Amino acid sequence: MADTAIGDMYKLLLCWRYLRTRWIALASVISVTLGVATMIVVNSVMAGFSHEMQTRIHGILSDIVFESHSLSGFQDPQWHIEEIERAAGDQIAGMTPTVAVPAMLSFQVRGQWVTRQVMFIGIDPRTHAQVSDFGQYLQHPTNREQLSFSLREGGYDTTDNQNPTETPTRPALEHAGWPHRRMRVERERLWKERLETKKSAENSATRSVDQQVQAVLAATSPEDISEETPSDATEDGESRKNPFQTARPAQGRVMDLAKEQFTGIVPGIGLASFRNRQGVDQFLTLPGDDVKITFPTAGTPPKAVSDNFTIVDFYESKMSEYDSNFVFVPIEALQRMRGMIDPQTGIPSVNSIQIRLKPDAKLNEVRDRLREVFPSDLYAIATWRDKQGPLLSAVDMEMAVLNILLFLIIAVAGFGILAIFFMIVVEKTRDIGILKALGATSSGIAGIFLGYGLFLGLLGAGAGLVLGLSITYNINQIRQAVEWCTGSRVFDPSIYYFFQIPTIIDPFTIGWIILGAIIIATGSSVLPAVRAARLHAVEALRHE
Amino acid sequence: MSDLEMPPKIAPMLETRQVCKQYQSGTTTLEVLRGVDFTLEKGGFLAVVGQSGSGKSTLLHVMGLLDAPDSGEVWIDGQRIDNLPGREKDRLRNSAIGMVFQAYHLLPELTALENVLAPLLIRHGIFDWFTQRGIAQEKAKVLLDRFGLSNRLHHRPRQLSGGEMQRVAIARALITDPQVLLADEPTGNLDEESGAGIIEALAELNRDKGLSIVLVTHDADIASQARGIVRLSAGTVDIMDSGAADSAA
Ligand SMILES: Nc1ncnc2c1ncn2[C@@H]1O[C@H](COP(=O)(O)OP(=O)(O)OP(=O)(O)O)[C@@H](O)[C@H]1O
Ligand SMILES: [Mg+2]
Repeated sequence: MADTAIGDMYKLLLCWRYLRTRWIALASVISVTLGVATMIVVNSVMAGFSHEMQTRIHGILSDIVFESHSLSGFQDPQWHIEEIERAAGDQIAGMTPTVAVPAMLSFQVRGQWVTRQVMFIGIDPRTHAQVSDFGQYLQHPTNREQLSFSLREGGYDTTDNQNPTETPTRPALEHAGWPHRRMRVERERLWKERLETKKSAENSATRSVDQQVQAVLAATSPEDISEETPSDATEDGESRKNPFQTARPAQGRVMDLAKEQFTGIVPGIGLASFRNRQGVDQFLTLPGDDVKITFPTAGTPPKAVSDNFTIVDFYESKMSEYDSNFVFVPIEALQRMRGMIDPQTGIPSVNSIQIRLKPDAKLNEVRDRLREVFPSDLYAIATWRDKQGPLLSAVDMEMAVLNILLFLIIAVAGFGILAIFFMIVVEKTRDIGILKALGATSSGIAGIFLGYGLFLGLLGAGAGLVLGLSITYNINQIRQAVEWCTGSRVFDPSIYYFFQIPTIIDPFTIGWIILGAIIIATGSSVLPAVRAARLHAVEALRHE
Repeated sequence: MSDLEMPPKIAPMLETRQVCKQYQSGTTTLEVLRGVDFTLEKGGFLAVVGQSGSGKSTLLHVMGLLDAPDSGEVWIDGQRIDNLPGREKDRLRNSAIGMVFQAYHLLPELTALENVLAPLLIRHGIFDWFTQRGIAQEKAKVLLDRFGLSNRLHHRPRQLSGGEMQRVAIARALITDPQVLLADEPTGNLDEESGAGIIEALAELNRDKGLSIVLVTHDADIASQARGIVRLSAGTVDIMDSGAADSAA
């Protein structure tokens, strides 16, 4: 009598033969393939966007923000820094105090005043770069290493240093800095002279001076000025000067605007420029120009004060929300102008302390430790994730919903497999009877269809993986091709701050997608397989 | 043909005891088998005859473990098999019982050679198969060669004639070296000449290899080539015209 086990060689053979002869089943494979490919592409792009956004946000915000509830801030940041150090010093990599107030920024464009609502942020240029990626978002290479709030003698990047190859150049920044300032001052002086001479000419009825002015104006066109500039020699000597001194010319003395600057500020690039449809940045104002900022003082009730400032650089985080809102200024200057320095003791106040953690530190743990030490009615302590919580969770939500919807595509493919397999079971009923007559077990018969489903799942998921990855890797070329064909922009760089569609391929996500697709394909074959296994041998053999 | 006297103490090859089988269709009950006692001695060759609808196929299915009797017992080589668990029945079908059908019942996706190998493919696991394949294929080729099909090894069933298909089916039934061969009207779809060839082949297997055979037919000529004839009528065994029947009594 038989003592060998019932094996499974025939399942493999029959699966293979069915796969080769039942092309209809491949129809459902195609939907699995498309579903998997779409999921991979969408997840990669969403992860790319999300990552890009998070790194931007995180680069701008420090890990933990320690704030006062009031605009006036809290006194003695040094004492607070020491207390924070004591509470969680082992996990902290750096701290810097900041003062942030809402303000109005006004600057002149071709004689017209443009006013923008901004967040005016006082920072400590020595320590601020330690707590965020602030430094790398600046446009002058030396400022990226160490920001100084004094105007540079040119040398601003004319390409986007974060993405030099993909983005159009910014020729306007070539003359930014002292050359631009000198040229502007010269122009203004000539304009004034012209007006005066015009007036006196009207008086004396002489017209020839007008032509002279015209000639002088032509001589001081931008090209000439930049060539004339005695560049490097003066740069160090001038720009290393304390900006606060230059900012506060002695009372009564008339400032020489061509040689001196007001307090330096670094506005977001979005405040000073706009991006046209070609993706080229058009600048309304440049480093070297002067602006007026109106902001509230620290007292109660706050009074509005105005002062002049000089743009010394631009800040470009590529998060439009920040780039069109932030204006950075030296913290001491802002504290002084707002009256945040105690006249008796000289101890300053700040709004917040930005904390950067060590790479392996636990974000929420440090936050909770600080919350224990500092009373919550006086201080708001939040991680960067807390601050961007609604945005981040909206993105997560969006991704979850998209994934569910896309997974439904694969589920639909699963129903396709179910229907097709039922058809195959009916069609193959007699063969199932034959196999049973030859000694195939019920589980063996089920195994044929389960194996078949698994084959289809693997095939569909594998093809989907290849398709999805190749689309993801070439998404920007595909975008260009689509743009070329349709003639319209699919991905508008004046809306997004990056020129490429960012993608991140996460092997873990892809693993889940593949696994899910295979499970759905195999799972859909369970019912037909059970039905096949339950067939009665004799009845199956009678089936025509 | 009753010259082959078996000593009574040797267990018969295949035996049914009071096998009953009825079909329910709607309100009417059709009693197809009403206590069939059937005995096939070792090395026996019995023809089962009877009117159409008399239950010949049903009896064969019960003996071949494709169908379960409502009551009664089925014994093979001294072992009761109708009450075995499913897997054991599958195993017996795969190794001890060979079946041949009127409609050939070959698997259309497989070649003649693969069809013959099918029972062994079902028996062996994937890794097992790689060690067995050479021997099995050789054996299948020898069998097909014996039935004159050595130049049809890689033909699909639909590329074969009826006689060829039936010979492939017999080769498939024999590849497992079964103890008993159950053939249900194997010549029913064939012309006289190829039918005769099939029956001749079966008689030869019985004569030379001592294979026990049950052959269902309604052709008297064919039945007469068996060593004994059993007639089914009214759900019971009517006439048992064989020496084997005497020894079972
Ligand atoms: N599943 C079933 N349900 C109902 N009745 C059935 C079923 N299977 C068989 N029968 C009936 O049982 C009877 C016996 O059938 P069976 O196939 O055994 O006859 P047979 O002797 O082989 O006939 P033939 O010589 O025509 O092949 C027939 O009347 C048939 O209608
Ligand atoms: Mg019949």
